[in-house]
Amino acid sequence: MTAKKPDPEDKKPEPAAAPAPVPVPAAAAPAPAPAAKAAPPKYVPPTPVLNRGNGRLIEDRFTTWPTQVFADRWSRPGYQWGAGMLAGILLGFAVTSALIGELAGWGDKLYSLLGAQGLPPLAVEAIWVAIKVILVMHVILINGLWSIWWERKISAHIQTRVGPTYAGSPKGWNFHGWAQTAIDGIKLFLKEDVTPAAADKWVHALAPAIVVVPCIIAFAPVLFGDGLAAASLDIGTLYIFAFAGISVIGIVMAGWGSGNKYSLLGGLRGAAQMVSYELPRGFSVVPVLMFAGSLDLQVIANAQAGYWQGIIPRWFIFYPVVGQLAFTIFLIASVAETNRTPFDIPEAESELVSGFHTEYSGMKWSIFFLAEYAYVLLGSFLLATFFLGGGASPINAVPFTLVPSWLWMLGKAMLMMFVFLWIRWTLPRFRVDQLMDYCWKFLLPWSFVNIAFAGLYLAFWLK
Amino acid sequence: MMSAYAVVYAFVIVAVGFAAVTLGLAKVLRPSLPYARKESTYECGIPAVGSTEVKLNIRFHLYALLFVLFDVEVLYVYPWAVTSRELGTLALVEMAIFISILLLGLAFAWRKGALSWE
Repeated sequence: MTAKKPDPEDKKPEPAAAPAPVPVPAAAAPAPAPAAKAAPPKYVPPTPVLNRGNGRLIEDRFTTWPTQVFADRWSRPGYQWGAGMLAGILLGFAVTSALIGELAGWGDKLYSLLGAQGLPPLAVEAIWVAIKVILVMHVILINGLWSIWWERKISAHIQTRVGPTYAGSPKGWNFHGWAQTAIDGIKLFLKEDVTPAAADKWVHALAPAIVVVPCIIAFAPVLFGDGLAAASLDIGTLYIFAFAGISVIGIVMAGWGSGNKYSLLGGLRGAAQMVSYELPRGFSVVPVLMFAGSLDLQVIANAQAGYWQGIIPRWFIFYPVVGQLAFTIFLIASVAETNRTPFDIPEAESELVSGFHTEYSGMKWSIFFLAEYAYVLLGSFLLATFFLGGGASPINAVPFTLVPSWLWMLGKAMLMMFVFLWIRWTLPRFRVDQLMDYCWKFLLPWSFVNIAFAGLYLAFWLK
Repeated sequence: MMSAYAVVYAFVIVAVGFAAVTLGLAKVLRPSLPYARKESTYECGIPAVGSTEVKLNIRFHLYALLFVLFDVEVLYVYPWAVTSRELGTLALVEMAIFISILLLGLAFAWRKGALSWE
């Protein structure tokens, strides 16, 4: 570490170190000398405080054309920093996984520790259930903070912008605007909530709750790693689809209760779309259930253990034709279920202002978005469990198979979440009739064909 | 271990509590200064005309009806899919017949124009 340079923004004059000739660029105004020479102070243009760490970034972004950005990229400081950060993140994950190991093992230790406290068994169970529920609740809430920030950054970079940059600490620890969502959340929490006079007050107020409550309940059997689920239900898949389906009612309530024509149209379109895309979503998983022979997410993940020829993982996505078709249909239907952009007909900004949440503001509005991003996370974890082998390592070699399962699961889910965000910011919106045709006349027949393929596999290959 | 469904009940309680606490606390904390202009329905800057209690297009109901039919089929297919390995080839053929009847229904709805938006 070098000696601490005087901070350009530090306005306090330090008498001892004032005249030291430190090679700091023009912004470093020499602190006023102790009145020996009363020279007129040179004009120093004010340096924006929040911009300090990012001046180079902005200069790079906005003074070069996108075509020049890709010339000689590794000499650019941004890329060197990025590579360093990526290496740091990977190293951090390696150290974390080595230190923590399997999370389910820690859960078992915690449970036996609870049992050794001399509490009555019912109290132990109650505490244990409470711990599990609170942990999953934290996953949902932190996902709200994380994925909205990530979506804003990804959308910005896809559109050659930089996205949130300043939110964080005024003292400079504003790493890519990490605190943007938290600050937005506080703002939304304290914002006035306007209920239109034409609205049905109770329906309008209850709609966000009806959307978010089933969403949270649906997280109960979600698998976060080997043996790492709040509730190991033997009907897990059906349970998740059943509860996720209830949220449609909240969207219809929001559309109908707002007393606004845009909201009404958005709510109805949302109902038609979400209800329609539930069918290919449900049918596309049938081959997975046939191969795994269970609705329990843990059993489905375990059925994908092992490697063909010791190399190719036996994940369902790698089953020829059937796996890829089921994965694609499930991914498309999951994007459509969350009302995100190629399928965002219920909120289409250019025709319906904001669709079913036009008349919402403040906390009610943000509850809708918490639910949307929780559904994105749910879809990502389901894709990782059904098709990407759950917590299994993709490479059958030592450093990779030693990584704990929850980390693989998280990595796969985040990859899938990235695909969700990528699709949203890349593809243009469908028209309403195209949207419904695509579901009923394309995805649904193909998901039936896929079940037939899977039946042939069962009859001839996977005896 | 207690039944796994105890966790589900806990989830129900926590989910309802979360919605109630966030919405209720925000109601206590936020300012509320309503007046007639602010409470008017948004319609691109002009006063809203008419009410929203209008007749809806029949196509929404058609899709809802078809959904109910096919969603029940999902419930029939899932138990078969789970046990399809034990049940063997006969059940496979039976399911093929069942799904082809289902596809006939889809083709009928398609032909009758229930799947076209116009």
